[in-house]
Amino acid sequence: MTTFALLLITGLGLGALYFLIAAGLSLIWGLMRVLNFAHGAFFTVAAYAGWSVARALGGQSPGVQWIAAVAVAIVVGGVFAALTEVVLIRPLYARHVGQVLVTVGLALATIALVQGGFGSDPQRLALPDWMTRTTSVVGANIPNTRLLVIVAALIVFGLLLFFLRRTRFGLIVRAGVENRAMVQALGIDVQRAFTLVFAIGGMAAGLAGMLAGTYYGTIDPGRGTGMLIFAFIVVIIGGLGSVTGSAAAAVVVGELQQFLNFYGATGVGDFSVVLLLAVVLLIRPGGFAGASTA
Amino acid sequence: MNGAGPLLAVRELDVYLAESHVLQGVSFDVRRGGITGLLGRNGVGKTTALRGILGLVPRTGSVLLGGDETINLPTHEIVRRGVAYVPEDRDVFAGLTVAENLRLAERAPAPRYELVYELFPELKQRAAQKGGTLSGGQQQMVALARALLNPDDRILLIDEPTKGLAPLVVRHVVDALRRAADVATILLVEQNLSVAHALVREVIVLDQGRVSFTGEVDELMGDAALARKHLGLAAAGSH
Amino acid sequence: MTRRTRLIALGVVLALCIALPWIGIAIPGLFEGALNAPGTLNLLGLCFVFGALALTYDLVFGYVGLLSFGHALYFATGVYVTAIALTRWHWSLPQALALTAVVSVVLPLALGAICLRMRDIPFAMVTLAFAQAGSILVSQNPFGLTGGEEGLALGSDTLPPALVGVANTHNVYWIALALLLVVYAIAWRAVNSPPGRVWQAIRENERRVGVLGLNPYLYKLGAFVLSAFLASATGVVYLLLQGGANPQVTTADFTLALLVMVVLGGVGTLWGAVLGGIVYEYLDFRLVALSNTPAVQSLPGVLRVPLSEPLFLLGVLFIVLVLFVPGGLGGALERRFKPVRAALGSSAARA
Repeated sequence: MTTFALLLITGLGLGALYFLIAAGLSLIWGLMRVLNFAHGAFFTVAAYAGWSVARALGGQSPGVQWIAAVAVAIVVGGVFAALTEVVLIRPLYARHVGQVLVTVGLALATIALVQGGFGSDPQRLALPDWMTRTTSVVGANIPNTRLLVIVAALIVFGLLLFFLRRTRFGLIVRAGVENRAMVQALGIDVQRAFTLVFAIGGMAAGLAGMLAGTYYGTIDPGRGTGMLIFAFIVVIIGGLGSVTGSAAAAVVVGELQQFLNFYGATGVGDFSVVLLLAVVLLIRPGGFAGASTA
Repeated sequence: MNGAGPLLAVRELDVYLAESHVLQGVSFDVRRGGITGLLGRNGVGKTTALRGILGLVPRTGSVLLGGDETINLPTHEIVRRGVAYVPEDRDVFAGLTVAENLRLAERAPAPRYELVYELFPELKQRAAQKGGTLSGGQQQMVALARALLNPDDRILLIDEPTKGLAPLVVRHVVDALRRAADVATILLVEQNLSVAHALVREVIVLDQGRVSFTGEVDELMGDAALARKHLGLAAAGSH
Repeated sequence: MTRRTRLIALGVVLALCIALPWIGIAIPGLFEGALNAPGTLNLLGLCFVFGALALTYDLVFGYVGLLSFGHALYFATGVYVTAIALTRWHWSLPQALALTAVVSVVLPLALGAICLRMRDIPFAMVTLAFAQAGSILVSQNPFGLTGGEEGLALGSDTLPPALVGVANTHNVYWIALALLLVVYAIAWRAVNSPPGRVWQAIRENERRVGVLGLNPYLYKLGAFVLSAFLASATGVVYLLLQGGANPQVTTADFTLALLVMVVLGGVGTLWGAVLGGIVYEYLDFRLVALSNTPAVQSLPGVLRVPLSEPLFLLGVLFIVLVLFVPGGLGGALERRFKPVRAALGSSAARA
């Protein structure tokens, strides 16, 4: 029972990380029809920026270092994403395949740069004491980092829903995901929302990068790309353009991966997630929240 | 601002969709005030003409709105200059509520909710209902309401508003359009010829992507041979 | 330049390539050793392999318009199935090749049948997912077959003597050259055949193809299987050149590198893709060598780091190309050498 609870909650933690990456991806795809391969680069660059700042603040307590690192990661992620949209995506507004390709190039170049500058070995992340401890939940000892990640994802989920349901930009994004042309025909310049959506996605990805570093205790250049593929799967299963869909799918994927990797062998869980994607797409090409996809 | 000339002047409008030359050098004027009809058989390019004016499809030529050239402007810019659009498929946002659909359409500081709710009281009742759950007639009301919301709009481009609606709803829409004509110029695409005849004064008829007739509606409908020639057999005998 | 001049020039280049193992001249800066040195021949062989591989990718992506993110899987099939048969089961080379050929038809047929039920982005994602599954499978080293992270090394007793050893590099080099020519010929024939024209029609407007009474699904599947089969063949030659299998070829990064190659060379032209593959592999190799030179090593970190990472330079080049030269190198050159296209007979329009 305690193993079950442990797997359940850590699976939720993994799902939380996927959600943070997938939510932004889903909105970017839903609104702009851009398959953003650079999302993994946002994740990685933000994580390394945060880590560098934490190191630079070596004299402070690990708590201060960590908070500064997270704040920097969020900002760097957002700025990097916004710049990407303005400099690379916007000039290619009519060429959807070109937009995807340019994000591929950016991802390749950025990760290579990070690897060159910091090396491909994982770097340790200094964590405050309480994060290295565990809390007893239903008899199982859950690492506090997992709980932290879950709480963070819930907060971001709430913020995103608030943004989408209660602000004008959110209204524009929701409508734009459904029918971009009609939004334009209502006199609204949807392009202005693009940079904002990219920035939001970048901030979430940056936070994810830092939290993943917290979760695993280290940061490394390859993790962004690895998690990105699973995040893509989450986006497709959850329905392109749907934040709630991404949340639900992230939980499913995280749990599936966690349980099967434990009860099967390492890798079986990952494999099954891929199979799940194939099955879902065969049954329902639009994913779960089919209504949002056009 | 050209007070005396036509509100909308379309000159040599050319639109290619895939490989087909849908509009071939279409030219017409829409006079300020009242309802002008854009008629023609199925597939002649009426919807494309509206979309061309709005820049929703790539086009060449000239479209003057109140004397100002708009051919090089993006869609949202054209709309902001006072053009409202009611598309053939209504394009009501399914995931948004009725109130949100309307709110999204607000462009001016004092949106005309009073007028809109007076014409379509049902919309006030269904304010929290999701667009996707509305009936065809209710969606049409939302689409029309959106177009009537902004007081500064000079011209409304309306595409087949009575399509697929029950006769009672059609009557409601016709009344609404009459009221709308009091506050804005309307360019109305209609397949339903009795509706067209009841509402419009001047008509432009398209045939195979070109303008085949312009003039008064009575002139067209009153002459059975003329009506048949431009509008097809269904036209003859519809008054 | 007339068509005839172009054909003669190509013939000369081809003759040069064939004769290379006998040419002892060194071109410093371009290659580290003499032209017929094993190192140079090996590099050129790899370039030919990647040229051919890029070509197979161009078939699905450039001609049919299928954005597949999992092409690496089929290349890896050629590499790994052959390697496993040779090293783990001690089969002879012909036997191993036969097995690989069978797998290289059955696998894409099965996977393609599933993937092609979707279009555009969902299709791309499923292909990526399947390739990722393959990558995971390989790294898990099931039954000790794939060698996991370490890969598989071809021992000297697994291959015919003519293909083993540094001294025989020129043999493998010729095989790579032959591969490129054969793959090109097959691709050219396919693209200019009636099914080939249907592929391009599908890329332009799939619905209309359906309206004409043809089943796009079958044509797409056919292209998919053909390109996968050819990719697998290039994988086999790659294995010979490298002397072993490495899990790096199963990664998503690898497929993305293919994407870069094809865009680099020009989507939708056969020779453009070949050019892209050759240039990419050459740059990838040489840039690493360049970054180890004292000149670059002595640069300040800010410059040295980017210049030492070939993927960074290639990524940037890729971005620049997509933004400013969408036709790729092939497109840029084509504008100046239009007759080459006619000479090589590529009949595709720009993507």
